[in-house]
Amino acid sequence: MSSKIKAAIIGPGNIGTDLLLKAQRSKVIDPVWMVGIDAASPGLVRAAQLGLKTTAEGVEGMLPTMQEDGVQICFDATSAYVHAENSRKVNEQGAVMIDLTPAAIGPFCVPPVNLVDAVTQSAMNVNMVTCGGQATIPLVAAVTRVQEVVYGEIVATVSSKSAGPGTRKNIDEFTRTTAKGIEVCGGAHTGKAIIIINPAEPPLIMRDTVHCLTQEDPNRDAITQSVYDMIQEVQKYVPGYTLKNGPVFDGKRVSIYIEVEGLGDFLPKYAGNLDIMTAAGLRTAEMYAEEMLAGRFLPRAE
Amino acid sequence: MDLQGKKITVHDMCLRDGMHPKRHQITVDEMVTVSKAMDEAGIPLIEVTHGDGLGGASVNYGFPAAKDEEYLTAVCKEMKNARISALLLPGIGTVDHLKMAVDCGISTIRIATHCSEADVSQQHLTMARSIDNLDTVGFLMMAHMIEAEELVEQLKLMEDFGAHCVYITDSAGYMLPDDVTSRIALARAELKPETELGFHGHHNMAMGVANSIAAAAAGANRIDGSLAGLGAGAGNTPLEVFVAVCDRMGIETGIDTFKAMDIAEDLIVPMMDHLVRVDRDALTLGYAGVYSSFLLFAKRSAEKYNLSSRDILLELGRRRTVGGQEDMIEDLALDMAKAQGTL
Repeated sequence: MSSKIKAAIIGPGNIGTDLLLKAQRSKVIDPVWMVGIDAASPGLVRAAQLGLKTTAEGVEGMLPTMQEDGVQICFDATSAYVHAENSRKVNEQGAVMIDLTPAAIGPFCVPPVNLVDAVTQSAMNVNMVTCGGQATIPLVAAVTRVQEVVYGEIVATVSSKSAGPGTRKNIDEFTRTTAKGIEVCGGAHTGKAIIIINPAEPPLIMRDTVHCLTQEDPNRDAITQSVYDMIQEVQKYVPGYTLKNGPVFDGKRVSIYIEVEGLGDFLPKYAGNLDIMTAAGLRTAEMYAEEMLAGRFLPRAE
Repeated sequence: MDLQGKKITVHDMCLRDGMHPKRHQITVDEMVTVSKAMDEAGIPLIEVTHGDGLGGASVNYGFPAAKDEEYLTAVCKEMKNARISALLLPGIGTVDHLKMAVDCGISTIRIATHCSEADVSQQHLTMARSIDNLDTVGFLMMAHMIEAEELVEQLKLMEDFGAHCVYITDSAGYMLPDDVTSRIALARAELKPETELGFHGHHNMAMGVANSIAAAAAGANRIDGSLAGLGAGAGNTPLEVFVAVCDRMGIETGIDTFKAMDIAEDLIVPMMDHLVRVDRDALTLGYAGVYSSFLLFAKRSAEKYNLSSRDILLELGRRRTVGGQEDMIEDLALDMAKAQGTL
């Protein structure tokens, strides 16, 4: 019996390709399919060279042999607009969908905050929020696990080169989905998200600011320790996740300043915003895979 | 320079850009009083929004005295001739805010992005253009940071997305008149003839009026200013001064010069928490090309961490920060304080 769970990646762009390179190192995930819509796309060509089965016919191209090929987990790295249809089709074939688009039709998953919940609920579709959400929601949660946070706000600054056409065309989806994630996953009563795109050269490493307004005066020692602990949790799958300054306390305001450097697998190191997405998506898939391998979770067609 | 008979639309910024030096604390009553006086003086277009645009209420930029919806509702219903505009920065505000502002009665929406990132405005400009009779404006900030050719490519994107009017915005008050002339002239030559062209200046190098005249001479037909210069940094182009210069040159603005002077002196100056002028830090913004609304944030961080505000601003310039990166200022101040061993 194989000790790895077979997976498919839908969307051979920058995210999909970076995810493929990371998944190839996984002890429990075996990427076997790359699904695209353009036969000439470099990501499809690369995946084929790496020995994956490929199709340029979209998800339809994989469906006929998907079960035969043993695919139990799919990653969607396409766009929010086509995600729902992709998800429905692969769920019908009994595969779990890890959604890297901001479609957010399944429950949010931010690994160090609620991965265990997502997996034990056996959701057939989980959503990875947004890159800014993956970078900041763990820190909102680090404060809310100490005390009530009435308002959580994040500012994500990414380099122009790392903000792809999808993000640019749908920037409202980023702010809305991230704000909702700050509430649902981060635990703040009200969430607010801001994204800034900076074109400086050389490109800046993703930086994020998290501001929390606490209900009562902040417990400084407990929050500081909680933030340090959380940074270490995220570093397990994104080693370049670094606390730059803070937590700074000013009345009931708690501010945390971080930087996210990527691994530089396929995407450059400055694109920590994209790296944290692929790393979190893979981390989530690995947890599902461990449950499947241990026989505790059997994905089923819906 | 003969601009006799040239018609331009002057757009007042006191109640939006002026929110920065007021830390967004202008009250609804003040907004109504000022805008009614402006309407009476013949100012045709007045911007009313949080300083950082719709949805700008935040820890990062400051919570305002009232909601955008309250300001806009109160002001729009009092206008006899003047039209009201709102500003929106994608990444901060969303199309939901835009729809709210339209429901409040605005007639102009301005969608602002960093000068090289016009494509993030597509969603908002396209939506705005689909609304009947909504004057739709694309607004490229920090326009000194790229050359005229690249800037015009970005303006054309906004034109394609549906903007009736596009703006070259000197957010840092860095430009000198020749910088304005080259950019406006190329834009005018390359844009569709029916697309309006605007210039928004800041007075950090005391070039607000000169730059605005240069813009008008090179083909701009909308000019932003604010009475008594109430705006970020050393303020916007002082509107009453600009209008007086236009009068002397025969440029037609439709604004009563003496009434404009009176509002500036009697209403706006008394509202100021500090005199908006070219002080050392505001001059540094213009000199180093730094976003004007960073001014008070840099002063506050300098005081809190015992640093020079000029040093903070110069470093922000070196790092090529863009509009909206206010969160960078305390982070940077902490790094600088650690480096000098005082933290």
